[in-house]
Amino acid sequence: MRIKSTLENYFFILPAVIIFAIFYIIPFLWVFQLSMFDWDGILPTKTFIWFQNFKEIVIQDPSWWQAMRNAGYITLIALTFQNAVAFLLALACDREIKMKNFYRAIFFIPPVLSEIVVGMAWRFIISDVDGANIINRMLVSVGLPQLVHNWLSDPKTALTTVALVHSWKGFGWGFLIFLAGLQTIPKELYEAARVDGASAWDYFKKIIIPLMVPVIVVVAILTILGTMQAFALILGLVGGEFAGHTSVPVLRILAVMRDSSRFGYACAQGISFGAILVAISFIQYRLSKRYREA
Amino acid sequence: MKSSIYYQTKKVAINFLVHLFLLSMVLLCLYPLLWMVASSFKTQATIFSDISLIPRQFHFENYYLAVSKSDFGRYFLNSVFYTISVVFGIVVISSMAAYAFSRLKFPGRNIIFTVFIAAMMIPIPGSFVALFILLNKLHLRNTPLGYILCMISVGLSMSIFLLKTFFDKMPRELEDAARIDGCSKLGIWRHVALPFAKPALAVVIVFNALNVWNEYVLALIIFDSKNLMPLQRALMMFRGEFLTNYPLLMAGLTITALPIIIVYLFMQKYIVKGVASQTVFG
Amino acid sequence: MKRLFLLGLIFCFLFCFGCCKAAQDKKKVITVWHWMTDRDESFQELAKQYEQKTGIKVNFELYAPSEQYSQKVRAAAQGKNLPDIFGILSEKKDFASFIKSGHVANLTPYLESDNGRWKKEFFTKALEVNEFKPDNTYGVEAGFYGIPIDVMTIEMLYNKKLFKKAGLNPDVPPATWEEFLAAIEKLRAANIPGLVSGWSEIWMIDCFASNYAFNIMGEKKVLDTIKGLIPYTDPDWIKVFDLFAQMRDNKALVTGVITMINKTAEQLFANEKCAFAFNGSWCVNVYKGMNPDLEYGVMLPPAASDSFPMVVWGGAGSSLLINDRSANKEIAIEFLKWLSDKDQQVFLANKTNNLPANKDALTGIPPILAQFADDMDYTTHPNIWGISEFPIVTETLDKGIQSIIIGEKTPQQVAIEVQKIKERELARKKP
Repeated sequence: MRIKSTLENYFFILPAVIIFAIFYIIPFLWVFQLSMFDWDGILPTKTFIWFQNFKEIVIQDPSWWQAMRNAGYITLIALTFQNAVAFLLALACDREIKMKNFYRAIFFIPPVLSEIVVGMAWRFIISDVDGANIINRMLVSVGLPQLVHNWLSDPKTALTTVALVHSWKGFGWGFLIFLAGLQTIPKELYEAARVDGASAWDYFKKIIIPLMVPVIVVVAILTILGTMQAFALILGLVGGEFAGHTSVPVLRILAVMRDSSRFGYACAQGISFGAILVAISFIQYRLSKRYREA
Repeated sequence: MKSSIYYQTKKVAINFLVHLFLLSMVLLCLYPLLWMVASSFKTQATIFSDISLIPRQFHFENYYLAVSKSDFGRYFLNSVFYTISVVFGIVVISSMAAYAFSRLKFPGRNIIFTVFIAAMMIPIPGSFVALFILLNKLHLRNTPLGYILCMISVGLSMSIFLLKTFFDKMPRELEDAARIDGCSKLGIWRHVALPFAKPALAVVIVFNALNVWNEYVLALIIFDSKNLMPLQRALMMFRGEFLTNYPLLMAGLTITALPIIIVYLFMQKYIVKGVASQTVFG
Repeated sequence: MKRLFLLGLIFCFLFCFGCCKAAQDKKKVITVWHWMTDRDESFQELAKQYEQKTGIKVNFELYAPSEQYSQKVRAAAQGKNLPDIFGILSEKKDFASFIKSGHVANLTPYLESDNGRWKKEFFTKALEVNEFKPDNTYGVEAGFYGIPIDVMTIEMLYNKKLFKKAGLNPDVPPATWEEFLAAIEKLRAANIPGLVSGWSEIWMIDCFASNYAFNIMGEKKVLDTIKGLIPYTDPDWIKVFDLFAQMRDNKALVTGVITMINKTAEQLFANEKCAFAFNGSWCVNVYKGMNPDLEYGVMLPPAASDSFPMVVWGGAGSSLLINDRSANKEIAIEFLKWLSDKDQQVFLANKTNNLPANKDALTGIPPILAQFADDMDYTTHPNIWGISEFPIVTETLDKGIQSIIIGEKTPQQVAIEVQKIKERELARKKP
C-alpha cells in the first residue's frame, strides 16, 4: 500500500522530471563537458584541456570580471532603486482605490515590451547625438542646464544610464508581486493600529515591513537572477560593450563564441557564471531564512 | 492636540503627492510606448527627424504593409499556437510537480526540488546548439513538438518554484476535507490545489506567455521551414542586413505587443483578487 | 476541463504530424539559406524564373539577422543538416574549419573547366576571398570554395552640401591627413560634426585601423606583425593608434561614436548631421531610403603617409558555398552558375543597389555606386592575406582604440597591451 502510494506520488513529478532531464540536464552536461575542451565549434576534433579554460577565466580574463562587476552594478541599482520604486508604487496603489486598475495596467507595460523596442525608444529619448535629447531639454527647461550631459556617450555615465533604463523595464514585476503581497495584510491590522494611535511611519515599520519580508526576499532573488542575465537592452542603448564599460557576462560569452570561435571557453564562462549565480542565491536564501524564522 | 483641519490638509496633501508620483510614473511608462506607436505612423525619412509624438501625417498604410509584406498572419498564428501549447503544458506539468513537492511524500523529494531550483539559476548560453543536436537525434528537429517541449523545459523551474511556495501556504483543512469526501490525489490537485493557486497560476501564465511570445533564437535554430516560424521572425524581416525599415518595424512591434498586454490585463484580476483572502504570499 | 485537455493534445499531434508529412515530398528542390533580408524578394523572383526555365525548384530560406544566421549554420553543421547552398559569415579561420569538417565543396574544377570560363566572369579580388592558396597556413587544400554574388568596398563618404556650407570644395575631398584635419577645423567653425561610423562594432574600427596600417607601413610589415615577427609596439603601429588620438584631440569624431552600431551611424549621415562617414557600398541603398536627396561623394580615407598606397577593404561581399554532402550538389552548382551570370547580377544590382561580382554586370549601375567600383583596384581584405591574427589580439587592439577615442588610454599603452596578449597567444601555440 505504501509502495503504491509512493509510486502515485512519483507520477506527479514524472512529466516534469522527464522533460527536464532530456531538455535541460543533457544539454547542461554537454556544455559542462565542452568547457573542458579547446574547440572552435566547427571542427570535428577537440582537444581536452582539463580545467585550463576555468583557470584562464580566473587569472587571465580581466574583461570577464569587468563584465561581472558591471552586471553586479546594474543588479545593485535594480535591487535598491528599482525595487524601492516598485514598493512605493505598490504602497501607493494599495491605498488608492480609485484608479488602481488603470495604474496596474500601465505599470506592467514596460516588462511586456520587447527589449529591442525598449532599447531603441530610450536611445531615441536620451541620445543627444542621434535622438531627440529629451532629458537634456527638460533639464534646461526647468532651469538646470548645468546638469546637461551626454548620458549615453560618456563612458562614465553610460552604465548608470543603462541600469536606470533596465530598472524602468523591470519594476513592473516587483510592483505586481509587492502589490499582491500587500493585499494579504488584513485591513483590521490597519484599523487596530490607528485606534492605538500609531503614526503611519510606525505602522509601516512594525507591521508592513515584517509581514512583507518573505515577499521582499522572493523579489530580491528574482531580481538578481533576471538582472545579472540582462544584455539585449544594452545592445539597443549603447550598441554593445562600449570598450568594456557596459560589458555584461552574457554579451561577453556571445562575443567569445562569435568573434574568437572558442566554444569551449565560452561554455566554461557560462558554467562559471551559473556557479556564481547559484552561490549568490544560496547565500541570500540562507540569510533570509533567519529573517523568516523570526 | 492637533486640530482636525490639520489632519484634513495633511490627508489632501499626501493624496496629491501620491497622485503626482503615480501619474509621473505613468507618463514615464507610457512615453516609450507612445513613441513606438507614433513612429509606426511615420515614414522612413521622418522617423528620426520628426521628434514629436504626433506625426505630421498619419501613414496608416504602414500597418497594412507590415502585415502583408511579411506573411504576418502565418507567423502570428504559429506564435499563438506555440504560446498556448507551451503555457498549457507548463501549467499542467509544473502544478502537478509543485503540488507533489509541497504536499506529497516520496524519497528524494528535496534533492529533486533543489535540482530544479538550481536550474533556474544556471542559465546556459550556448545551449542552443546542444538542444539542436538533441532534437536532431530525437527526430524532433524542425517540428513544432520539439520546439514546444524545449520551451516547456525552459519555463519549468521558475513555474515550479512559484507554485510550490504558493501550495505551501494552502491550509491543510481544505485537503483533508476533500480527502474525507473520497477524492483521489489527482482529484485534490484538480479541485482543491489548482483553484486555490489561481493568483500564482495567473503569474505563471503571464510570465511564460511573455517568454514564448518574445522568443526568437531557439525557434530560428530549430526550425528550417518558414511555415513554422513564430512572430518574431516577421519582425526580423524589417531589420534587414543593412536597411532597417523602421516604420514597418514599429508597426510590427505594436501589433506584437498588443496580445500580450491583453493577456496580462485579463490575468491581472486573478493575481490580486485571489491573494486578498489568503495568507502571506511567499 | 478534461475535454479541453484532450482537445489540446489532439491539436498538438495533428499539427506536428501535418508538418512532418510536408517534409516527405521529395521533388527536386535546392535549398538555399541566406541572411540578406533586403534581397529576399529579389531572390524569390529569381527562384521563380529559374523554375520556369529548368523546372527545378529553388527554395530560398531567410534567417536574419546575420548573427543568428551564423548560429543557425553552425548548429546545422554540427547536426550535419546543412542545406544545399549556404554562406559563412565569419573569418577565414572558421571558413577553413568548415572546409576541413567536410561541409564545403571544392569548386575549383568547376570554375576552371572550359578554360576557366566561369572563373573569368568575376572580379579577381572577389574570388580571392573565397580562395585558399597552396601552402596556406590554414591547412586547407588549395582551391576555390565559394562563389561571390556581390562585392563591396568600405570607404569614406562626405556630404557635399555640408562641405559647401563650411566653405570647402565639394568636388575635391581631402586627400591627405593634414587636409582632412584642416577640413575638420573648418567644419567645426561652421558647427558641423565630422566623422561618423558604426564603431561600437569593433570590426569597423579594425577596418579603419588596418587601412592606415597598410598606408603607413605597407602590406609586408603588417603581415609580418601578424606572423609575430614585428611587435605591435613598433613605432609605425603607434603612429596608427595615434591617428585616433589625433582625431579625438581635433574633435573630428561625432560624440559617442563608439556607442553607435552601423545603422545608427548611417542614420546620422543620411540625416545630414555630419560631414563624413566611414561605411561600405551597401550604404547606397540605405541612404536612398532615408534621404533620397542626399548629395554625397565617395573618397578614399585621406592618406596619412605617402610611403605606401592607401588601401580599403573590399572584395567579395556575400558569398555562397555548396554543401559537400548535399545530394543535389551538381544541380546546386548549376544554379549558382546561373545566379552569378550577367543578367541575374544586373538584376540584383539594380534592385538592391549592390555592386555585382560579375565584371560584365557593371554597366548601368548608379553613378554613386560606380564611385565605389572605381576604387576596386585599391582593395584588400583580411581573407586574402593568407594568415589570420589571433581573434583575441584583434579584439584587444580594437577595444584599445575605443579606449583611445574616449581618452582612457594612450596609443603607447594600447600598443603595450596588444603586444602582451600577442606574446601570450604565441607562447600558447608553441607546443
